[in-house]
Amino acid sequence: MKALRLHRAFEAIWGTPAGWRGSLATVNHSTLGVRLMVTAFVFFLIGGVLAMLIRAQLATPGSAFVGPEIYNQLFTMHGSIMMFLFAIPMFEGFAIYMLPKMLGARDLAFPRMTAYGWWCYLFGGSMLLVSMLLGIAPDAGWFLYTPLSSKPYSPGINSDFWLLGITFVEISAIVTAVDIIVSILKLRAPGMSLDRMPLFAWYMLVTAAMMLIGFPPLILGSILLELERAFGWPFFEAARGGDSLLWQHLFWLFGHPEVYIIFLPAAGAVSTIIPVMARTPILGYGWIVAAILALGFLSFGLWVHHMFTVGIPHLALAFFSAASTLVAVPTGVQIFAWLGTLWAGRPQMHLPMLYLIGFLVTFVLGGLTGVMVAMVPFDWQAHDTAFITAHLHYVLVGGFVFPMLAAAYYWLSHFTGRRYSYTLGKAAFWLIFIGFHLTFFLMHLTGLLGQPRRIDTYPEGVGWTLYNLLSSVGAFVMATGIALFIIDVLLQLFHAPRAPRNPWRAGTLEWAMMQPPPSYNIASLPQVHDREPLETAPDLALSLARGEGYLALPRNGWRETLAVDTKSGRIDHIVVLPGNSLLPLGTALVTGSFFLLVLLKLYPWTLLPLAGLVVLGWRWAWVLGDKHAHGELPIGRGDHAPIHAEVRDSPGWWGSVFLSIADGSLFAALIFGHAYLWTVAPNWPPPALVTASLPVVIAGLLGAALAARRSSGVTVTGAGLGLLLTALLLTAFRLAPSPTSHAYGAVVAVLLAYAALHAALALVICCFARARRRAGYIAAINGAEPRIARLWTDYAVAAGAIALACTHLPALLS
Amino acid sequence: MLAGAAAIFGLVCALLLLAFRRRGADQPVSATAWIVGGGLLFPIATLSALLGYGLIVGEQLLPRADSATLRVGAEARRWQWTFTQPGTAGPIRTRDVLHVPAGRPIDVELTTRDVIHAFWVPRLAGKMDAIPGRPNVLRIEAHRPGVYHGLCAEFCGAGHARHGFRVVAHDAAGWARFQAGEAP
Ligand code: HEM
Ligand SMILES: [Cu+2]
Ligand SMILES: [Cu+2]
Repeated sequence: MKALRLHRAFEAIWGTPAGWRGSLATVNHSTLGVRLMVTAFVFFLIGGVLAMLIRAQLATPGSAFVGPEIYNQLFTMHGSIMMFLFAIPMFEGFAIYMLPKMLGARDLAFPRMTAYGWWCYLFGGSMLLVSMLLGIAPDAGWFLYTPLSSKPYSPGINSDFWLLGITFVEISAIVTAVDIIVSILKLRAPGMSLDRMPLFAWYMLVTAAMMLIGFPPLILGSILLELERAFGWPFFEAARGGDSLLWQHLFWLFGHPEVYIIFLPAAGAVSTIIPVMARTPILGYGWIVAAILALGFLSFGLWVHHMFTVGIPHLALAFFSAASTLVAVPTGVQIFAWLGTLWAGRPQMHLPMLYLIGFLVTFVLGGLTGVMVAMVPFDWQAHDTAFITAHLHYVLVGGFVFPMLAAAYYWLSHFTGRRYSYTLGKAAFWLIFIGFHLTFFLMHLTGLLGQPRRIDTYPEGVGWTLYNLLSSVGAFVMATGIALFIIDVLLQLFHAPRAPRNPWRAGTLEWAMMQPPPSYNIASLPQVHDREPLETAPDLALSLARGEGYLALPRNGWRETLAVDTKSGRIDHIVVLPGNSLLPLGTALVTGSFFLLVLLKLYPWTLLPLAGLVVLGWRWAWVLGDKHAHGELPIGRGDHAPIHAEVRDSPGWWGSVFLSIADGSLFAALIFGHAYLWTVAPNWPPPALVTASLPVVIAGLLGAALAARRSSGVTVTGAGLGLLLTALLLTAFRLAPSPTSHAYGAVVAVLLAYAALHAALALVICCFARARRRAGYIAAINGAEPRIARLWTDYAVAAGAIALACTHLPALLS
Repeated sequence: MLAGAAAIFGLVCALLLLAFRRRGADQPVSATAWIVGGGLLFPIATLSALLGYGLIVGEQLLPRADSATLRVGAEARRWQWTFTQPGTAGPIRTRDVLHVPAGRPIDVELTTRDVIHAFWVPRLAGKMDAIPGRPNVLRIEAHRPGVYHGLCAEFCGAGHARHGFRVVAHDAAGWARFQAGEAP
């Protein structure tokens, strides 16, 4: 049997060795995807238990179940866990597991990053759990508004846990987003042009792009707030020229897109499942893609609708109100595309469809209340009441939990290889559905009756009592439904009969493999001709397993998959992926120790993990690649391609590009903060500006110019970077006012530190590129490495020049 | 707005239901009709109308300079409200109770001594935040004499749920007595 022989050979290359060492070192996307999902589900259960405690407290007026100190921790942790530790990692895990399979690849572009992301998430999430067990969990609400979360009003360590733990988890989100985006753009089956990509990949592409742009403002905000709390740099303190509204802007600049970041992957699952249930292709593929792109774009222009009551001029509110209603249009397009698909086909009432109906009904209601609160006068009443709690759960549970449950039932046999035996799932659905609407529909009413959110107690006799009680009953009904779902899934894991391959007769590639999938996914890569390859070639799975596609011959023990031209899907090169390694775990541990040391306020010691990260980062990149060229290698079906180390736009190059975009978003948010404080914060101008110095500026710009020159060698580039770095440090330590004196000094310090850090980083990268070339690595001579070094040098040059301009120019001009 | 939302919700549910009923009917479904009609034109039309209406209402609720308005100061702190207003014999300060004349627009100037709070009397007006370093003004009006309950709507820490106050709206006689400094 040829298929079996291939299976053995590939399993030897891609498999994870048994034992704990193998488990710690694995970089396999299926394993890690499942780990992420399981971890996220555990956090969902923890967040759910907290929700039950909240509802227990609110069930009766004047409840003394917990006091306000504990209650504030309960809802803060519930919100934070659900948003950061459940929703985002859940869809990340799903995408990590599913994307390569749908795209016809063997793994993601950066397997070690995938593993690093999971470890970071696990450690960061655990930090927050520890704080909860110790009773010192964050308690300033999931959006941690300053100055409530600032040192004077939250003197404990509670808020630090949030700021550091969540930032740690966000790092994992950023690297995962880069991983996902490069995998979608490059690692697809030959012939899969952009317009043949499964819709889910489009959704994830936009989601990942939004993460790269949306998360950095929050990371920046968290860094600034932590600096304020730790060292008294007054970014958000009005008395010293800061502004608490800056925090709100940074938070919601992230927070609103976040809602769509959570919704889009779930909508991607919906767009995948509905056509299969309706037994017809999706209606309006192009329209949907356009709608997703529009959503991604628009969602960055609405954040102020969370701030309608902070006293912004009505004209500005009108703009954001209009933008917020506009975003309903692309959502409407999707909903009508789904409805139209159901009309066009012959929908079958399988279990996933039932959950999708739950999704449609709930989500449409959430969208309608969303349009209501987008109306400024209505929001002036509804803002910060139980009405908002109701709205946000209709959107989040309706738009995320229901689709994910549908997805769970749809893809479960892919994970388990077992057929669904249809009984408990339906009961679970009705319990969840009825429980949910009982809980949250009533909250609309209590909200309109004036019940604010985030109260630990309320008086008798204002008409909220009965609704609250019923609401709490609903929550427990819903919890029972979730418990039933868990039992159902466990039963299926261990009890159900084996499933046939592709039980739903779907058209996408994830069904063209064994179920559960082997470590390498597919023994050979298909040539794709249309959007639903399995529709036209139902026997594809067998032919791939027999090695009739690309890369069917194991070679050198390499983990090979194909990279294609982004748009056309033409074969571009072979990607040789790194194998299992303990580096991700080690790096995550060192990253974690950095956060831990900051949390414990042992600042001098943080230099240790920082140095460790440089060493590990060096090693991370060093262990890849080869010292001799391979040229064009056969890839089967008569085709040839070079390996990624010998091309200029390898995945590593693309990864650097997207990472620098996220980095740029952080820098842009910092510049925005600077401009914002300068123009609208109270208590400006500052007592003293930077003492402008023309020689320092000229020296810095000269250094930048030297480093930016293409023709200069590494030595000149390095010298230029060194000069730039010196100018930045001179400005910071000799010419700038103290960061504690005024928000101006604080922002200037961060700007300079950011630029200096990037100059130093670019220096290290240039040294690395040079060492690699000396050592004779092909990728450093003919491949992408010089280009990557160039990218980061240019980035550092730009950041340095901008930082110098921002700090010196105002004083020079005045 | 509620009726409109209910109607739209009903429409979507009906379409969903019919999709399952229709099973077997074989007319082709036009992508453009569904998506352009349902997904583009329909929301754009309804939303523009709603938006225009919302903006007009919002505009009417704004505080406008007007000789008839009374200006009072409201200072929030954890967990107390202090109201200041002119009286016949100098400024009058009250704690956790705001006295106003019925039937006259009031501009409440909101400030805070510590964290962000929000002033909200559900039956008199929308809410507005009190933000450090940024005084805000909220227009309220009680059409009838009586006692109205107010509360802090922005989460402000452990005492947030108890950070309430009362607004007492007086008739002409009661108002005169209050202004003269007689305890109401
Ligand atoms: C499992 C069923 C759930 C129940 C019964 C529930 C219940 C609640 C309740 C009662 C509150 C209001 C707390 C208050 O204002 O005092 C709340 C807040 C919140 N919930 Fe849930 N929730 C559930 C699931 C979720 C999910 C799945 C998400 C997100 C994906 C979520 C996100 C949030 C957020 C962001 C808040 C705001 C927290 C804050 O005010 O800081 N919830 N939840
Ligand atoms: Cu929003
Ligand atoms: Cu308050």
